[in-house]
Amino acid sequence: MLPFVIKRLVSLTLSLVAASLVIFFVIEVVPGDPASFMLGLNASPETVAALRDSLGLNASAPIRYWQWITGLLQGEFGISYTYKVPVRDLILDRIWISMPLAVYALILSTVIAFPVGVLAASRRNSPTDVSIMGVTQLGIAVPNFWFGMLLVLLFAVTLGWFSAGGFPGWEAGFFAGMKALTLPAVALALPQASILARVMRSSLLDTLGEDFVRTARAKGLTRRQALWRHALRNALIPVLTIIGLQFSFLLAGAIIIENVFFLPGLGRLVFQGITQRDLIVVKSVIFLLVFAVILVTFIVDITYAIADPRLRRARS
Amino acid sequence: MTSVFKALAFAGAVAVSTALTPAAFAAKTDITVGAQLEPPNLDPTSGAAGAIDTVTYSNIFEGLTRFGPDGSINPGLAESWSVSNDGKVYTFNLRKGVKFHDGSDMDAEDVKFSLERIGADDSTNAQKALYADIESVDVVDPHTVKITLSKPNGNMLFNLAWGDAVIMSPETAANNATNPVGTGAFVFKDWVQGDRVEMERNADYWGEPAKLEKVTFKFIADPNAAFAAVMAGDVDTFMPFPAPENLPQFDADPRFRVIAGSTEGETILSTNNKMPPLDNPKVRQAIAHAIDRQAIIDGAMFGYGTPIGTHFAPHHPSYVDLKGQSNFDPDKAKALLAEAGHPDGFKTTLKLPPPSYARRGGEIIASQLRDVGIETEISNLEWAQWLEQVFKGKDYGLTIVSHTEPLDIGIYARPEYYFQYDNADFQKIMTDLNNTTDPGERDKLLKAAQKKIADDYVNGYLFQLANTGVVNAKLQGIWENAPTQAADMTAVYWED
Repeated sequence: MLPFVIKRLVSLTLSLVAASLVIFFVIEVVPGDPASFMLGLNASPETVAALRDSLGLNASAPIRYWQWITGLLQGEFGISYTYKVPVRDLILDRIWISMPLAVYALILSTVIAFPVGVLAASRRNSPTDVSIMGVTQLGIAVPNFWFGMLLVLLFAVTLGWFSAGGFPGWEAGFFAGMKALTLPAVALALPQASILARVMRSSLLDTLGEDFVRTARAKGLTRRQALWRHALRNALIPVLTIIGLQFSFLLAGAIIIENVFFLPGLGRLVFQGITQRDLIVVKSVIFLLVFAVILVTFIVDITYAIADPRLRRARS
Repeated sequence: MTSVFKALAFAGAVAVSTALTPAAFAAKTDITVGAQLEPPNLDPTSGAAGAIDTVTYSNIFEGLTRFGPDGSINPGLAESWSVSNDGKVYTFNLRKGVKFHDGSDMDAEDVKFSLERIGADDSTNAQKALYADIESVDVVDPHTVKITLSKPNGNMLFNLAWGDAVIMSPETAANNATNPVGTGAFVFKDWVQGDRVEMERNADYWGEPAKLEKVTFKFIADPNAAFAAVMAGDVDTFMPFPAPENLPQFDADPRFRVIAGSTEGETILSTNNKMPPLDNPKVRQAIAHAIDRQAIIDGAMFGYGTPIGTHFAPHHPSYVDLKGQSNFDPDKAKALLAEAGHPDGFKTTLKLPPPSYARRGGEIIASQLRDVGIETEISNLEWAQWLEQVFKGKDYGLTIVSHTEPLDIGIYARPEYYFQYDNADFQKIMTDLNNTTDPGERDKLLKAAQKKIADDYVNGYLFQLANTGVVNAKLQGIWENAPTQAADMTAVYWED
């Protein structure tokens, strides 16, 4: 087991180094100078030069890369060019919106997808199954930002049950915070739930065709008993894999939803950072998201190896 | 999250909601102002972003002079002033009893510090050039300041009203970007980056105190989200509103009032005067006659905007209507092109920054130019790219941009400026203007300047950007016009 973990750790580190290089150099070649952007149309070239100097933009690329990486290792992300506050503080503030939103959406999508998927599989080819398949197909096809706008029009503009967006802050209370995250979480969860329900259904149908289920049925279990007692647990493995993937997606992929609901989360921070050329913020947030995704993959790998000794042997 | 915390949060939420319900029946004393752009920081002397002024100008920070809602220059922290006969020495009498929000007194030393800071070598003030004529700032006594100029500058009182020349205290200046300390009628309270800025009434204000107790600026970038926020009542006013196509719907709704005032934004088809064939005045004149301004205003701005014939705000007393010189006449445009040696037209680039006036206006202009034989290759750029390629690199044929700085015709006297108009006669008019303080003489020079750039067809002059926005029908005192990019809340109140 240990050699396997070490091997995975080395690969994790190499992935991070490669990612940091790619992020740094992609951002290097992005056209647009942060200093000119901040000073606008009337500034003289000397003023721009003075600002570039004070932002530390005049050092050579390898030096700036080194400064960035050594800073990251010490937990120092630098100072935002535009906001003039430490990037770490910006990220810490906003992760408390993006993370709960992702978890909320994940829970919603799982809670919706499980029963729906099981129902569809247990009544295969019935009208229920056909309509569930139709609705989930639609759920995958509808873009989440558009669905979000519809939710706003109905629940905020017409019914007035929710705010159209924004976030009051957790200091306004747990429920006020959750309420503000509800519409965005529903908008994010719908496509995810649709995917998950379909995966659940097909995985369950696959398992129901396996020999051990037939054996269970031969022993006298009803179809439903066989499903609940034997098939379901085995069908969960691919579903859990999808859930793992979805979490990274929900965390990193909320950029558009955060704009639709004007939530000050990580996605909006990246979006604003790009348009304002606050490149130090962009690099650090993207690196953090990459780190989260790589870490989740690492944990999933290790969990598989624990669950299934064959994997461990095959890889080490 | 522990259950104790949850219980506390729940109790808090209940307490807040019960506390808020009765308050809804009393006259409101707080306001939420929607704005599309979030300020990058809160120090108006540190960058060009108009959003900084929107939030802070006259609410938190004040200058020696200040803009009134009609664009007039009024006394600010200076109660009165006198100008020497040669126009070089300005003596300002400061108001007494003005305190910064941290409790310290505002006096002549603070004025000296603030103005000298603009001109310092390491200054990052975006409008440094406006104050380049200031030679020295002297403290006469704690309430009198003498500013000596190297040469007369008739615009100095006007320039001092800009947000870039607000007065700050040396003790707090370094932190103004995140914790602004000024002298204004509102005290900065909190800034949740990406979401909102909050300020509260300044109880120790030197002038008439603000009527509102609390102002929250809420930043909503997406036009659809802005629409929803207004409709749902999350914001009380949204100015300028980013999607003009929604304004008729607000207008029809009795809960709202639509405002369409004036701004200082001349929207122009900027032309690279050094790039062939645009370096030929005949070609530029042809372009001017090929453009149908009203079609652009109707198509891109849904009818909001005032056509202009030169780079000057139509509401300014010295404005001259020169639209006739560039009336819509495609046949004349074709004839001029033939005269200039391009009977079959030519090809050039049209680079468009993000605002809808540029993106939508660009499509319309491209089609109007095609009708006279000029093909344009459109590229949509982000602001940062636009600054890099067009503004700094001068790598463009045509672009559309709104010049929002007030009274900025002086940019035509800068040969290195991105449209690269280099004309000695015009530069002389501007030098004379700076050396003149006599109002009658200045009026004449301003008119001559407008005429000169219209005669030379430097750029295509399209329209004056309208200050369009939506306001809760019960809200009074919101500025209709935007002489500077400010959302001055000092006189705003709720009608019962």
